[in-house]
Amino acid sequence: MQIKKLTTLACAAAFAALSGAANAQISGNTVKVGVLTDLSGTYSDLAGSGAVLATQMAIDDFIAEAKPAFKIEMVSADHQNKADIASNKAREWFEREGVDAATELVTTSTALAVMKIAKEMNRIALMSGPASTPITNEQCNDVSVHYTYDTYALANGTAKAVTKQGGDTWFFLTADYAFGQALERDSSAVVTANGGKVLGSVRHPFPASDFSSFLLQAQASGAKIIGLANAGADTTNAIKQAAEFGITPKQSLAGLLMFISDVHSLGLKNTQGMYLTTGFYWDLNDDTRTWSKRFFDKQKRMPTMVQAGQYSSVLHYLRAVQAAGSDDSAKVMAQMKKTPINDFFAKNGQIREDGRMIHDMYLVQVKKPDESKYPWDYYHVRQTIPAAEAFQPLSESRCPLIKK
Amino acid sequence: MEIFGVSSALLGSQLLIGLINGSFYAILSLGLAIIFGLLNIINFAHGAQYMMGAFVAWIALTKFGINYWVSLLLAPIVIGALGVVIERTMLRKLYKLDHLYGLLLTFGLALIFEGVFRDQYGISGQSYEVPELLQGGVNLGFMFVPIYRAWIVVAALTVCFGTWFMIEKTKLGSYLRAGTENPQMVQALGINVPLLITFTYGYGVALAAFAGVLAAPVYQVNPLMGSNLIIVVFAVVVIGGMGSIMGSIVTGLGLGLIEGLTRVFYPEGSAVVVFIIMVIVLLVRPAGLFGKS
Repeated sequence: MQIKKLTTLACAAAFAALSGAANAQISGNTVKVGVLTDLSGTYSDLAGSGAVLATQMAIDDFIAEAKPAFKIEMVSADHQNKADIASNKAREWFEREGVDAATELVTTSTALAVMKIAKEMNRIALMSGPASTPITNEQCNDVSVHYTYDTYALANGTAKAVTKQGGDTWFFLTADYAFGQALERDSSAVVTANGGKVLGSVRHPFPASDFSSFLLQAQASGAKIIGLANAGADTTNAIKQAAEFGITPKQSLAGLLMFISDVHSLGLKNTQGMYLTTGFYWDLNDDTRTWSKRFFDKQKRMPTMVQAGQYSSVLHYLRAVQAAGSDDSAKVMAQMKKTPINDFFAKNGQIREDGRMIHDMYLVQVKKPDESKYPWDYYHVRQTIPAAEAFQPLSESRCPLIKK
Repeated sequence: MEIFGVSSALLGSQLLIGLINGSFYAILSLGLAIIFGLLNIINFAHGAQYMMGAFVAWIALTKFGINYWVSLLLAPIVIGALGVVIERTMLRKLYKLDHLYGLLLTFGLALIFEGVFRDQYGISGQSYEVPELLQGGVNLGFMFVPIYRAWIVVAALTVCFGTWFMIEKTKLGSYLRAGTENPQMVQALGINVPLLITFTYGYGVALAAFAGVLAAPVYQVNPLMGSNLIIVVFAVVVIGGMGSIMGSIVTGLGLGLIEGLTRVFYPEGSAVVVFIIMVIVLLVRPAGLFGKS
């Protein structure tokens, strides 16, 4: 009796010691991923509940693949595209709920706010949705990863291709806030660098619903290309009204930030022939198709690049936690940066010192209605832009972490 | 020829577009003015009802194959009937209370309606094609006018002046106006005032839905399309004078023109010009341009 009791005690102690050793580095033996996104506003179709689903899929796939000894939990919240709501929520998550990584963060202003708090609390920010380049330049830090795309890559892809194909005079229709101005600035630089000319621009209030006045000014400029430096409903309304006023197809539109959800909502008739740059298209190859169909079965929509990038970033993060045997931010970040990313989203993707994840981008052209053979068959892939050319080179970086 | 450095062709086309947008303001602010005039309710659900009008047209077309022309009649009836239900079951209880209660109730309803449609149809919006009869455009020399936009002006102005005529020149309208002035007296004369009120709210809401159908082929049919518009329309009503019928029509068109000009000379200011005018009007003539103080 006595011996049996002793054995049990010893076993229990040994077990506790062992498991303690294995998980000493993972706080509470739980990795907690927070999805902070726009669940109800302008960006809820391109990120939103689809990003939450993508995160859950990444967690499920990781558990099936790695059988981790630690638990994984997910929480999600709506930041309503407001920086103050985002930073309050992130602080609450980091301080009281033990969240290890805040993810998604569509809308640059919310992303920048959460990055600061992550740095202060030594947690990680994984950004799939936001677009602006300051995230990996002036505002960069060592706990943040900008994953899917940015305004530099979009301008570099679309503006360059269009200018080189003869669209050498541009007029910009720009949403009058930080993101629109950044996109216009980046695109103008690319147009000029490739021998094109910018004839002018008009800044429209954000959001706007009637674009006819602004479109007529663009028409009067005589530019071959009207660059849309805006996003979401502003872009879709501008495209629709350009067709209505007979501006297209005489002049062409270039959507500088368009998602497949925008093309789906406008229909091919309104968008055919447009060039756009994307970090992901569901119909690229067997891997992208398999994953996207799983996503479609649950969401009833094909994934945007933000949602696909969200899956990839969370999976990469969880793998890094497993490999590092720790949820300590510095160790996980080091592991994430040294491991190349290989999944359906990225081939040999790599996270640079400035937090920029570089991977191949795609220049696509929207199909004509009669070229589309099945639902969501929207794009011709015209060019794969290699990772090394797609993003801002480190030599141009304004990030203080980059030693020159 | 150039005026202040802007070609007269561009100026002409901007004025025309201002008139088109002004027609939307006119028809929406007219509905609000009628409702406020008789019910003393500030109908904050007006934008949501406009949005639902557009959605009824879209659902009718995609699910049931019902065309634009039928929807132009159907959507106002459906949404107007919903308005009647709201008036009978909810608004009725608030008439004796301060304006604020009606405003809060209708604002809450607007949030609920928008939430339901957002949950059901997402945020990117749905495309509604311009009906075949109104496709294409006319080249006026200084600009290309889509036929559909011209139709918007004709349809909106017809409905606006029809409404004005009904209220100002017919017997039914005289009951309405009398009901606004002194409901007890009118009731005592044997006129069913509660029924009149229900009808008025339903009609105001139907106007919003009608504007929604007109807007469907131009803008993306989107759950938040009304919330962007409603604040401007409120400013129009305040500038015109709360409850003034002709005031809301004229002010709607006038502000559309002014906004159009702002978009040429100082585009960044085009979102606030209406509110600047509102502030000036409130300071100089608190009852509004056409209001009775």
